[in-house]
Amino acid sequence: MKPRILIILVACVALLAPLVLPSFQITLLNYIGLYALVVLGLVLLTGVGGMTSFGQAAFVGLSAYTTTYLTTTAALPDWLSWTNGSPWFGLVFGLLLTAAIALILGALTLRLSGHYLPLGTIAWGISLYYFFGTMTSMGGHTGVSDIPPLTFFGLILDQGEEMFYVIWVILAAAMFITHNLLSSREGRAIRALKGGQLMAEAMGVNTFRSKMIAFVISALFAALSGWLYAHTQRFINPSPFGLHMGIDYLFMALIGGVSSVWGALLGAGTLTIMKQWLEDLLPLILGSDGQYESIVFGLLIVLLMQRSPSGLWPFLVKLTPSSWRSNNHLTIDDNAKTLDRRDLPARESLLLEAKDVTRRFGGLIANNKMNLSLHAGEILALIGPNGAGKSTMFNQLSAVDTPTEGEIIFRGKSLKGKNARQVAEMGMSRTFQHVKMLPTMSVLENVALGAHMRGQKGVISASLHLEREEEQRLLKEAKLQIERVGLGEYVFEEAGNLALGQQRLLEIARALCSDPCALLLDEPAAGLRFLEKQALAELLVKLRGEGLAILLVEHDMDFVMNLANRIVVMEFGELIAEGLPHEIQTNPAVLEAYLGGVE
Amino acid sequence: MNQSQTAHHVAPETLLDVNNLHVSYGKVEALSDIQLSLKEGQLVTVIGPNGAGKSTLLSAIMGLLPSTGDILFDGEHYTSPEIETLVGRGLGLVPEKRELFNTMSVQDNLLLGAFQRYRRGDKSYLQSLDEIYELFPRLQERSKQQAGTLSGGERQMLAIGRAMMGKPRLLMLDEPSLGLAPLITREIFRIFNDLRSKGVSILLVEQNARAALNVADYAYVLEGGKITIHGVASDLANDSRVIDAYLGLASKHQDILSN
Amino acid sequence: MNVQVAALLGQDGLTNGAIYALLSLSILLVFTVTRILLIPLGEFVTFGALTMAAIQTGKPLALEWLLATLMLIDIALDVYSRRDRTVSRKQYQMIALKAAYLAVVLFVTQTFTLSELPMLAQSILTLCLIVPMGPIMYRLFFQPLADAAPLVLLIVSIAVHVAMVGIGLLLFGPEGGHTKPFSNSMLQISNIFIKSQALWVIFSALFLILALFFAFERTLYGKALRAAAVNQVGARLLGISPVFAGKATFALAAFIGCASGILIAPITTLYYDSGFVISLKGFVGAIIGGLASYPIAAFGAVVVGLIEAFSMFWASSYKEIIVFTLIIPFLIWRSMKASHVEDE
Repeated sequence: MKPRILIILVACVALLAPLVLPSFQITLLNYIGLYALVVLGLVLLTGVGGMTSFGQAAFVGLSAYTTTYLTTTAALPDWLSWTNGSPWFGLVFGLLLTAAIALILGALTLRLSGHYLPLGTIAWGISLYYFFGTMTSMGGHTGVSDIPPLTFFGLILDQGEEMFYVIWVILAAAMFITHNLLSSREGRAIRALKGGQLMAEAMGVNTFRSKMIAFVISALFAALSGWLYAHTQRFINPSPFGLHMGIDYLFMALIGGVSSVWGALLGAGTLTIMKQWLEDLLPLILGSDGQYESIVFGLLIVLLMQRSPSGLWPFLVKLTPSSWRSNNHLTIDDNAKTLDRRDLPARESLLLEAKDVTRRFGGLIANNKMNLSLHAGEILALIGPNGAGKSTMFNQLSAVDTPTEGEIIFRGKSLKGKNARQVAEMGMSRTFQHVKMLPTMSVLENVALGAHMRGQKGVISASLHLEREEEQRLLKEAKLQIERVGLGEYVFEEAGNLALGQQRLLEIARALCSDPCALLLDEPAAGLRFLEKQALAELLVKLRGEGLAILLVEHDMDFVMNLANRIVVMEFGELIAEGLPHEIQTNPAVLEAYLGGVE
Repeated sequence: MNQSQTAHHVAPETLLDVNNLHVSYGKVEALSDIQLSLKEGQLVTVIGPNGAGKSTLLSAIMGLLPSTGDILFDGEHYTSPEIETLVGRGLGLVPEKRELFNTMSVQDNLLLGAFQRYRRGDKSYLQSLDEIYELFPRLQERSKQQAGTLSGGERQMLAIGRAMMGKPRLLMLDEPSLGLAPLITREIFRIFNDLRSKGVSILLVEQNARAALNVADYAYVLEGGKITIHGVASDLANDSRVIDAYLGLASKHQDILSN
Repeated sequence: MNVQVAALLGQDGLTNGAIYALLSLSILLVFTVTRILLIPLGEFVTFGALTMAAIQTGKPLALEWLLATLMLIDIALDVYSRRDRTVSRKQYQMIALKAAYLAVVLFVTQTFTLSELPMLAQSILTLCLIVPMGPIMYRLFFQPLADAAPLVLLIVSIAVHVAMVGIGLLLFGPEGGHTKPFSNSMLQISNIFIKSQALWVIFSALFLILALFFAFERTLYGKALRAAAVNQVGARLLGISPVFAGKATFALAAFIGCASGILIAPITTLYYDSGFVISLKGFVGAIIGGLASYPIAAFGAVVVGLIEAFSMFWASSYKEIIVFTLIIPFLIWRSMKASHVEDE
């Protein structure tokens, strides 16, 4: 574990820094630490979760003003007077207020498409900035000075060197928490937000909740930074909390590398030092009359985004020896208790039924009065030429889409009004026609997403890694399913490195991880090689033997004919034939549907 | 406009010649080593089962997808074709998804088909509009309607009409019969015959093999990303290997699985 | 508040609202065609206003050298990108045309005493200086990012804005700019006074909006841009390239931004960094329109202008807060309607 050495090294340097560096440099490092804390929140929110916020500076300001109000106001209202001007209560109130506002903002924007959160947070950032400026009790645009320093068990922390330790210890703790969170069940759900929301919902993840978690945590990190800022600087005015700072935080995140915890530190450091340099250097080169730094700075960002949109950190990582970059940071305890399984319905009992399902899109009738039924312990294949309406049918069966008329019944309950997540909880699991996985995550973590519903531990235990026992059970289950589909040697491989056929197997393993009683597979054999198909067929036969109900949408006829118990053929959105494989192969209507009957 | 036209005007000349074409999605090769050629005025079809790579082939020739290999169109070689250039030189594609402008009127959709001609200053495009309406009277009836409200058959007519507005020398069609009832399919295939008689070359990708082989001069069978069989269309129509490829009767491994 | 005050505020509101409406229309146009949120739109406004101001006060212009630099880079890129291909005559013509345009603009700015030109000529010159920067901006900063994630596009958009504010300070200095009104008269209807400049702004904005509407409904070029917004693959198949669409929308946005700047310069003093807040109000309109509907966006923008004017009167220090919290009800409304989980 070479990276661990790196961490210890950084820690040692940090420990010694205040003893050797001049106080100007310490101030700079304090700023970097404060910024990095905010940017860390953005890494979680933007880099990992794929949501963009310009409002982080406003959260910093909100908390800074809260603690300032509590610690400097001479006569607090009665209901607050018990806080007695303590900065620690300032922290508590700052965090609470921030969390409350983040929850409201999140509820307003997180259900909407990706562009509303950035625009909403811009508006929020500007409003709050002007609001700070209008607060005469807080000095308006001039601000407030004489904010008391932090005290810690009688120790007065009023020197930059002392605050240096406070800031960097808190930053380290925040990085530790973020790191822990990301390698947990809740973290996997957050990581799935970027590009995998449909899939995550189908695996039972409440994506709205995950978005909210990321947004609130990032706001809380900003609030922490604001509190520290107020008591380090001991003077505040609205200007460092304006929108331009919100933009700078985002710049820092992107410069450093928005998808890595270390990128936060790198980005905050790079931008702060770069700005310092530009301010010192450019007047020397270009003369002192112009304000060149914002021009150069803006153009540098554009250049960076064009050359390396994922920032500097991945670039640095590439320079390190490859042994440092092993993906194998997860350990699986094979002795962990196996997860409990649900009771499968009795063999041959009816599980899934479509009753007179019709689906219209404008003038198009994609499905017309379709009926089909799926029983426990059978493999049913749904086939038909391109454009016959198989995918539409599949989407309705899996509650991604709702029938215009008729209904789908799963385990005796109508799926009307149910979403993909609820259906997943009822015991249906699916794969996708176009593989949906998270290519930069390991196979193990991708598959473990399937077991999301089978864990209960929440964010707090995840950030402190108190859920390791449950996590081990989930990972063990994921590993078992991976081995079962024959990907045993790729457990720690990045999922994106798999061949298409293997990616399809990964999807099946993920679906199995959710312990389903009905498995819906959308073209599972497409892209598989001969031996892989054979292995997949064997696996499906075994699952059928265990009592699972399996529905296949497939166009590889070889594969279907030898595997399915029954076959349903669709054309023009209607059922044209249903029966045993050999009946279907000789059915004239099917022959015509496939080869065409136009003379 | 076309310098190459003067060079060789003796019919039938090769209009499209594809050599050694490869397309990969990530690490998966979707098409390998495709050879295909089409002469001026010919109707050539590419048939094959679902997922064989037929759409990928057309997209690659059009320049919608990155590919490697050599594509010769109208006397000019392209290693990585640029879609706008090809459209300007007379290549048209009716894609499988139609890609209509759903919130715009039928007439606007058609007019936009002539965008490149309009840009070049070719004023005769309004005349083409009348021709298209003559070919598809249904579209004239619905000319003010939004494209998104059309039925499946009408959408297909609009997609073909829109491509025709560009006066293509080679029209490529991806699954024109997809989701259409037999009667409409027959109608559309009749139109292909008309078009060919007007001198438009056609490259037709179809799943409906019988209809395609009936109307085509020459045919290629694409299976698993490779051309497995090719020949004169009427010969292939009776080739049992074609039927087997479609219905899974060509099973190489049926025995193994049933064990 | 009496009728006179209300009429005055209403005028202010409508004038600003008309400008915001123009801006939100161009924001929407750029967004639907290119998926870029054009934050630097505000800088076109300030550049327009400050250039007019500089011309009228007889200050030496520097903007033409920025244009010259950008155009030369653009031409150099043209030549470079064609280095291993045969250059067709059309491309040579295009390059020659660009060079000729630049030469004419430079000739005009260097020979005439600009402050003595009629105001119409000054306006046209300002437009000629600024509008070409739109497509060049697209080409240099956004075209290489055609397939980039929305976040990257947004960041680049903001970075360009930051750089342009810096350039604005360099070119125009920190002082505000103010220009002569197009006409000085006041209209009086019973006891209500109407500033004629306000009418100028409102009617010019209306005219521009109608012209845009006409262009998009009736001309094939306009329809091509709409088509590119509706279905990019479909548009490409007809030879409407994303680069063409991107450059055309950026040119339109630059034109509208610059024209807005010229229109409001006689009413409001603008500074090099005023553009951001102005364009954000256009964004509020665009958000109200759900980033999709042109008429609702234009209407929303006018409402923003009116609310801003009236909150000036009642609670002037809370003006900006009121305007920007205006989007909240619309977010709630949209949020209630949104149900499906979507992958970006």
